[in-house]
Amino acid sequence: MTGWLQPHRVVMMALALVLVLWSALSLRWDWLPQYAPLLVEGLWNTVWILVVTSVLGMVLAIPLGLAQAAGPWYLAAPARAFCTVIRGTPLLLQLWLLYYGLGSLFPQFPWIRQSDLWPILRQAWPYAVLALTLSFAGYEGEVMRGAFKGVPRGQLEAAKAMGMPRLTILRRIWLPQAVQRALPTLGGETVLQLKATPLVATITVMDIYAVSSRVRQDTFIVYEPLLLLALVYMCITGLIVLGFRWLERRVPQRIA
Amino acid sequence: MEGLITASGLGPALDLLALSPPGWGGNLLRGLVNSMQIALGAFGLGLLIGLLGAYGKLYGGPVIRDLLAVYTTIVRAVPELILILILYFAVTDALNQFLVAQGYGRIQISGVVAGIAVLGVVQGAYATEVLRGAILAVPAGQIEAARAFGMPPLMLARRITLPAMLAFALPGLANLWLIATKDTALLAVVGFGELTLETRQAAGSTKAYFTFFVAAGLLYLLISLISGRVFGWLERRARRGEPGAGGGGR
Amino acid sequence: MKRLLALAAAATLALSGAALAQQIRVGIAAEPYPPFASPDAAGNWTGWEIDFINAVCAAGAMDCVITPVAWDGIIPSLTSGQIDVIMASMSITEERAQTIDFSDKYYKTPALVAVAKGSGITPDAAGLSGKILGVQTATTHADYAQKHFAGKAAEIKIYQTQDEAFQDLVAGRIDATQADSIAVDAFLASEAGQACCEAVGAVADDPEILGAGVGAGVRKGETELLAKINAAIAKVIADGTYDRISAPYFASSIYGD
Repeated sequence: MTGWLQPHRVVMMALALVLVLWSALSLRWDWLPQYAPLLVEGLWNTVWILVVTSVLGMVLAIPLGLAQAAGPWYLAAPARAFCTVIRGTPLLLQLWLLYYGLGSLFPQFPWIRQSDLWPILRQAWPYAVLALTLSFAGYEGEVMRGAFKGVPRGQLEAAKAMGMPRLTILRRIWLPQAVQRALPTLGGETVLQLKATPLVATITVMDIYAVSSRVRQDTFIVYEPLLLLALVYMCITGLIVLGFRWLERRVPQRIA
Repeated sequence: MEGLITASGLGPALDLLALSPPGWGGNLLRGLVNSMQIALGAFGLGLLIGLLGAYGKLYGGPVIRDLLAVYTTIVRAVPELILILILYFAVTDALNQFLVAQGYGRIQISGVVAGIAVLGVVQGAYATEVLRGAILAVPAGQIEAARAFGMPPLMLARRITLPAMLAFALPGLANLWLIATKDTALLAVVGFGELTLETRQAAGSTKAYFTFFVAAGLLYLLISLISGRVFGWLERRARRGEPGAGGGGR
Repeated sequence: MKRLLALAAAATLALSGAALAQQIRVGIAAEPYPPFASPDAAGNWTGWEIDFINAVCAAGAMDCVITPVAWDGIIPSLTSGQIDVIMASMSITEERAQTIDFSDKYYKTPALVAVAKGSGITPDAAGLSGKILGVQTATTHADYAQKHFAGKAAEIKIYQTQDEAFQDLVAGRIDATQADSIAVDAFLASEAGQACCEAVGAVADDPEILGAGVGAGVRKGETELLAKINAAIAKVIADGTYDRISAPYFASSIYGD
């Protein structure tokens, strides 16, 4: 305990406390009650977009990694190209290309507006989800490529020698070990994904960042909403880090 | 050939992208130059902060170490977009208020300087971690040997630690550089005329959204592919003479 | 050490140099907003408001430089000192006047609603009920929509630029957009606008929100600059420059009453 609670840390914590108290007392927070429902809604949008796109992105990343690590060239090359393009261009640009680029094509194809999918296609969130999912898949696909390659060949050969079918090898041996290897980076990637979510506000999705912009526009209070946002994102980051730590402890570490 | 271009519908798109007006290609290139300027500046500033931060984290006192931990934690947890907004408005505001209070006039901070400062602070946090890891990877024996020879600390850093850690730091730094080039796009949100904003304006003015966003994407991709080559070459150079590092001996 | 000193000297020089050349940075919104201000392929900004800014700066013998900034951060940009004047078709409203000071108005136009052709939408709460309305963030139109149409309209979508709201009207993602009448007219005159959309009239006036016309904004307390701008605006209007620069853009005067 004494190792952690050194005198300078006490001073720093006191300073931090003073800073928090000062922010709470002398900055303007009177807008909070009025915007609380909107903030909660925005927070919910941020969280579900984060969770959905991370999960979908991971699901996409597995075949992308596998194709690059072990696939024939006609699968490996497109997978590699996809990862390069996604990682080589800004997400903001990808998002605008998907939303405004595709949107500008709609008037040329009137049948799209008659289709049953139109009520979904005209909303903004599908494009946000698509862009963020592809982005996560691109980055994590690269990680999975390394993870698949990192599984010792001997294990795969042993499984083959025992007559295990290829799909079973993948399901029982290769994939679990690759995921286990990728797990430490997965937490970091999820934090990066969280930090990418506010970009969806630029295509009219009402996430928590968009709500804070709305507060700024309505009340002309600039810094307080941004400080609140920073705090919210730090809390979510903390939860993600703790969650993955818990997950990593639960996954047995048996890599020699 | 021309017939093929017209038939494929690429003709109008290429006209729009022509380098001289009425084509908008010149605007995109100007934006690209701005983006690269900021990315280079931010990367450089980030390296400087990172180097100081890494040394501070490794050899600094407990106060410095904890302060640096706060800095890197906050920057890595809060979205860049929000940091940019906070730093862009708050820091210039604070600086001007300070100057006015001291009896000086307001200074005018150009968008480029503000962009470099903001992204540099963000890059610095990541660079701190990359360089700290790289310095730790330098075999302790090399540093101890230099100390035993009585090398002064600055010379030790310049002659031994920094060159030796470069090979370990380069992959991380390459990643950081790519992040720097892509993070410049976020400055579009504060209205700075870099590539993404120029693209958005060109797209909005001509309604050719697809053409311009794809063209800008290709430019970014080009930068990242060239950077990949350059960093690959740098890494091979830095690893020269390392046992078993490949690349062959001379 | 010598190098460090030289660096410090250079930095001081750069700072004092910046302070000496007191250019006035006129902030405009970094987005195409025809016919008031839009970028051209040569990288210059053109439009009525640009001509007007140049005329005002000439009349006031001010050394102006046009500085594009993001519309939704234009007031913080002013207060934090990134720019010195806002001249970006900003309406003079009570709310904004609590944060910045406004010059006299230099134009005033009504707020129109544009919709897809034949949609039968009227520019009131009843007509917009169940529809998706798009507005630009931080505008009087956004405030107006929040006050009068929130709860009635199915959704009020907030765009970063009016241009993107128009684009989504063309794409069919929104049913209507409320904007300045001149901006709506310019959009409807464009190829895409002609094909898809029509104006269905002005919204009922609400002076408290829609404001008393468009003015230039300066930081609170900069009375000297404000007086200079007001004098320059008056001069531009009195000596006929205003009408001369308006003629190529508008059939009738936009100064309003």
